[in-house]
Amino acid sequence: MTSGTGNDVLVRGLRVLGRAIRTEPRLFTISAIGSSFFGFLIIANSYVVGAVIGRVVVPAFSERRVSSGGLALTCAVLLGISGLRVASIWARRLGAGFMQFRLQARYRRAVTRRYLALPPEWHQRHATGTLLSNASSDVEAAFAPIAPLPFAVGTIVMIAGALVALFLTDWVLALVGVALFPALFALNFFYSRRMAPRQIHAQRMRAKVAAVAHESFDGALVVKTMGREADESRRFGVFVTELRDALVAVGRLRGVFDPLMESLPSVGTLAVLLIGTWRLQSGAITVTELISVAFLFTVLAFPVRAIGWVVGELPRSVAGWERVQAVLAAEGDLSYGTGDLPGTGPAELRFDRVDYRYADGPPVLSDVTFTVPAGTTVALVGATGSGKSTIAALAMRLVDPESGSVSLDDVKLPDLSAPALAAATGLVPQIPFVFDDTVRGNVALDRPEIDDDAVRAALRLAQAEGFVSALPDGLDTEVGERGTSLSGGQRQRLTLARALAGRPRLLVLDDATSAVDPRVEAAILGALRESGTSLLVVAYRRASIALADLVVYLHQGRVVATGTHTELMDSQPGYRDLVTAYEKADQ
Amino acid sequence: MSEAGTFDTVRRGLSLSPELRSGLAGTVGLAVLQMSGRVAVPIAVQQGIDHGINGPSGPDPAVVAVVVALTLAALAISTLCGYLMTRRLFTVSETALGGLRSRTFRHIHDLSMLHQQSERRGSMVSRVTGDVDQISQFLQTGGVQLLLAGGQLIVSTVVMFAYSWQLTVVVLLSFGPAIGVIRFFQKRLAGAYRTVRERTGVMLGAVAESVVGATVIRAFGVSGRTARRLDTAVDDLRTAQQRAMRTSVLSFSSGEISAGLALSGVVVAGVLLGVDGDLTVGRLTAFLFLVTLFIQPVQIATEQLNEAQNAVAGWRRILDVLDVDPDVADPDDEGVELPAGPLSVRFDDVSFRYPGGPMVLSDVDLTLDARRKYAVVGETGSGKTTFAKLLTRLMDPAEGTVLLSGTPLTGVRFSSLRSRVVMVPQDGFLFDATVAENIRFAEPSLTDDQLRTAFTELGLGDWLAGLPAGLETAVGERGESLSVGERQLVALVRAYVADPDLLVLDEATSAVDPATEVRLQYALDLVTRGRTTVAIAHRLSTAESADEVIVVDAGRVVQRGPHARLVAEPDSIYAKLYASWLEQTR
Ligand SMILES: Nc1ncnc2c1ncn2[C@@H]1O[C@H](COP(=O)(O)OP(=O)(O)OP(=O)(O)O)[C@@H](O)[C@H]1O
Ligand SMILES: Nc1ncnc2c1ncn2[C@@H]1O[C@H](COP(=O)(O)OP(=O)(O)OP(=O)(O)O)[C@@H](O)[C@H]1O
Ligand SMILES: [Mg+2]
Ligand SMILES: [Mg+2]
Repeated sequence: MTSGTGNDVLVRGLRVLGRAIRTEPRLFTISAIGSSFFGFLIIANSYVVGAVIGRVVVPAFSERRVSSGGLALTCAVLLGISGLRVASIWARRLGAGFMQFRLQARYRRAVTRRYLALPPEWHQRHATGTLLSNASSDVEAAFAPIAPLPFAVGTIVMIAGALVALFLTDWVLALVGVALFPALFALNFFYSRRMAPRQIHAQRMRAKVAAVAHESFDGALVVKTMGREADESRRFGVFVTELRDALVAVGRLRGVFDPLMESLPSVGTLAVLLIGTWRLQSGAITVTELISVAFLFTVLAFPVRAIGWVVGELPRSVAGWERVQAVLAAEGDLSYGTGDLPGTGPAELRFDRVDYRYADGPPVLSDVTFTVPAGTTVALVGATGSGKSTIAALAMRLVDPESGSVSLDDVKLPDLSAPALAAATGLVPQIPFVFDDTVRGNVALDRPEIDDDAVRAALRLAQAEGFVSALPDGLDTEVGERGTSLSGGQRQRLTLARALAGRPRLLVLDDATSAVDPRVEAAILGALRESGTSLLVVAYRRASIALADLVVYLHQGRVVATGTHTELMDSQPGYRDLVTAYEKADQ
Repeated sequence: MSEAGTFDTVRRGLSLSPELRSGLAGTVGLAVLQMSGRVAVPIAVQQGIDHGINGPSGPDPAVVAVVVALTLAALAISTLCGYLMTRRLFTVSETALGGLRSRTFRHIHDLSMLHQQSERRGSMVSRVTGDVDQISQFLQTGGVQLLLAGGQLIVSTVVMFAYSWQLTVVVLLSFGPAIGVIRFFQKRLAGAYRTVRERTGVMLGAVAESVVGATVIRAFGVSGRTARRLDTAVDDLRTAQQRAMRTSVLSFSSGEISAGLALSGVVVAGVLLGVDGDLTVGRLTAFLFLVTLFIQPVQIATEQLNEAQNAVAGWRRILDVLDVDPDVADPDDEGVELPAGPLSVRFDDVSFRYPGGPMVLSDVDLTLDARRKYAVVGETGSGKTTFAKLLTRLMDPAEGTVLLSGTPLTGVRFSSLRSRVVMVPQDGFLFDATVAENIRFAEPSLTDDQLRTAFTELGLGDWLAGLPAGLETAVGERGESLSVGERQLVALVRAYVADPDLLVLDEATSAVDPATEVRLQYALDLVTRGRTTVAIAHRLSTAESADEVIVVDAGRVVQRGPHARLVAEPDSIYAKLYASWLEQTR
């Protein structure tokens, strides 16, 4: 989607700027006016200094007498101008800065909204580190030219004024100016064209470095236990070196551009001097006019660089913008219906001839059909990798089937609205995910209907009350990022309580008690059964399975048999081997 | 430390990257040459006017042409110097900062596990990315300008003195208050930028959480809440940025006001002096232009000092990390190798507490013989994982000593320790790579055939063959393209090929189905015979097959011995655990 070349990068960059201006017109106007006013004051200042010398200093020196009124006025004017300059700087700087920060914040919000809206499948295809840099350094890069933009706009206003002044003075000299500006433009054009691929590459490397760092810190424990710190550093070092090379390549080009951009107006000044002398000889202009034109070019030399700053940032801006756009434009959202789930109490879950595969992998589920009748407990049993978690994800509509349908109480899941679906179902995932929050926050998740009593009741049901009350601040204890300050089993029970607190009409437990003692597991399942909700449980322990009204036996993505535990024990040798493995091992 | 002064931080920051100083003189020299090119043009204008246009015999294009040609040459040299300078600057600074990234990265890995966990990952990532970028941005634009501005300031002050010392005093006095104001704002700015960097870290943490927890957020329909939290993090950052900006502009305007003060002060004082006959109009005019030459670098310097605070904030955050001593440190050359052969373990009155928490393990006194297989069982939260972490020196005990074959763990070189002792943690982490690459993480030299053999030895040959691309199957981020049980299989093979003398398994097969687990257990027993194995498990099948069982309860070892004996101890914790296990599985 991002073209590697920079043919029209200038155009694309200007389009980004245009978009930015349209988004924050007020702040932009303030800062552009401030900047233009600032330019005006610079010119005014030199006139005032001239006037002060002519009208105050010279008379005073010749008359050897001070007019205190004149001096006071001079001071007032000079201080007044500097006050106005301060005001214009405030307008320009604060306007530009606030505009930049607001744009960054706005797009960060937009990007993270997309992260929340895009389905798990999309997330799986994008590394966390990359998504992190989309929301941080890419957004930053996209709006980097905003800071010098008003200054550049002020400069353009100044240049326009200067050109008018030039034409009023002498058309030949004006032509020098007219020739200079296309040269500036051409320089900028060639620069951004050559720079774009380098900036895009650098931005990509930046994201890569962030991604590698993120993954490596994520796996820090494995790195440590395997003693691979040196190798990880070497792996990281490779990308760091590549980033360095990319940035040095950027620097080399800037090394060409910046000084040229700075010298070009000076060349203009020199041309004015040469041509001006000739015009002077032919009597077309006066010495004063020549001097003021030369002065004008000198004054312009510095602000013109502001245009360079903006253009210099454009390729990086385009690179960042396109990476941001890729997120904003990403498709594949699950569209939700508007329906509510009728009725109350336990709901019936039905899988009807469901096929599923991940991306372009092999089929993971084929023709899966089963029902969890309302208010019953169904155990899902199958070997490692047979597709149990995939079924759990389909039941929650985290993904949609390739063909076939999943429905709750005869309503197809895609017809349900997102809140209705979330309220009706609860999932305890196989790997507990704990938020960087308090115990209460993790259980309640700000769901309005869940008060402290409900949180406590859920913790009790999940057999988590004991350890929570032993925590230093009870419900208010912060559990750390991903719950690092809890033991594995504690994390699991916390996520269990989270699902229970919502009183879902269908609860799916994906091997949610693996880190819990057998006794505790039995207690939890018993209590759940009593609560009367529909339960789909991925389990291996025989007692848990025996609690189930029905067992669905899954083998390599197919439902091989459905029946009671006893029936399956009799009829399915594979099933028998699976659930009696421990006893067999003893013999 | 965190409140260290700006100069201290910069000094230490620079000393972290001595490469920055290499060829500094050359870079500054080139920058000076480039700057002098800027001066050449006004001089040329003046020379051209004085000698060419206002020449004795009227306008003389020949003279002007010579002046212009000379200036063009000077300009060309200046441009070339500018190119060389920028190139050098980028090469030197990016090389140095690349080194800084790598060093910080390594240091974070060297920190103890508890230190690593005390900080959010997003924040750690920003230390090797955004924080360093802040420094490079400053070095490449502001740093040189600051140096040059300093030079220009000195030169123009000297020249001003030569023209009129009285007026120079006036100028310096009018900038006096500004210095105080700027210093005042610099302090606040330092704090403001620090907040910006911190909130950047917090924002990254929030984004990371929303991305990693995307499925849970969706399943619970709590994207509204997550969005609110993200918005708060994003807006907090924006407010911090705006506050820093306001402070920076305030500080900058004090320089601007001083410029006005200086200019009017010079006019007033100049007029008074002139009236007394101490000054001519020409000298006063020249002085007024000199003042402009003085003001310009002051403004640049103020501006760049403000920018510098941003870089300083970045440096400070990096220093903050580098200043944390890896408290569970590699003794390195002072350490010893573990004695060859199978390892025995001794816990000598070991107690442990997590920072700020209660005792989690108390007075654990225990010997594990070499070549035997131990199972550690106990309720959730009883301290089993903590025990394993002490055993593998991911943490050091608060009291007591852990010894391996008689050698205190703290004295063992990491190169020896990590190759001889391997743990499979409770949440086996896989890298976003292929199955083969993940296994080679433990032992890079293994060939594909050896990898296959390893799978076969553990009875997982069929499973491997069933993968879409065999060894080359990509496992996805954190291994998410595999089922949870499959991830554990890969993590287990990874530990197995590391060929340790002490293998610690922390619920390494908790998600694997019973049939596979039993097979795996059996295969593992065969291949790990002769090594010491410590296995933590909730599934008591592991305990039954162990030589000895260690029962942990509320941080104490309450029972140990062979399964058969412990079961027979009436009313013991283990007997109860086992009874319920039987009840659950049979
Ligand atoms: N995101 C994914 N992308 C590609 N393949 C996947 C993905 N997730 C799972 N698979 C594959 O799909 C199959 C079923 O996986 P699933 O997680 O549903 O198994 P499971 O029955 O839950 O196993 P376990 O008992 O180990 O949790 C496995 O072969 C797995 O490798
Ligand atoms: N990083 C930490 N900071 C503070 N407290 C912790 C930390 N890790 C664990 N704890 C606490 O220490 C106690 C023991 O935890 P540990 O992880 O050793 O238990 P465990 O026996 O392995 O439990 P499980 O069977 O659930 O894995 C628990 O109460 C836990 O809350
Ligand atoms: Mg699973
Ligand atoms: Mg544990």
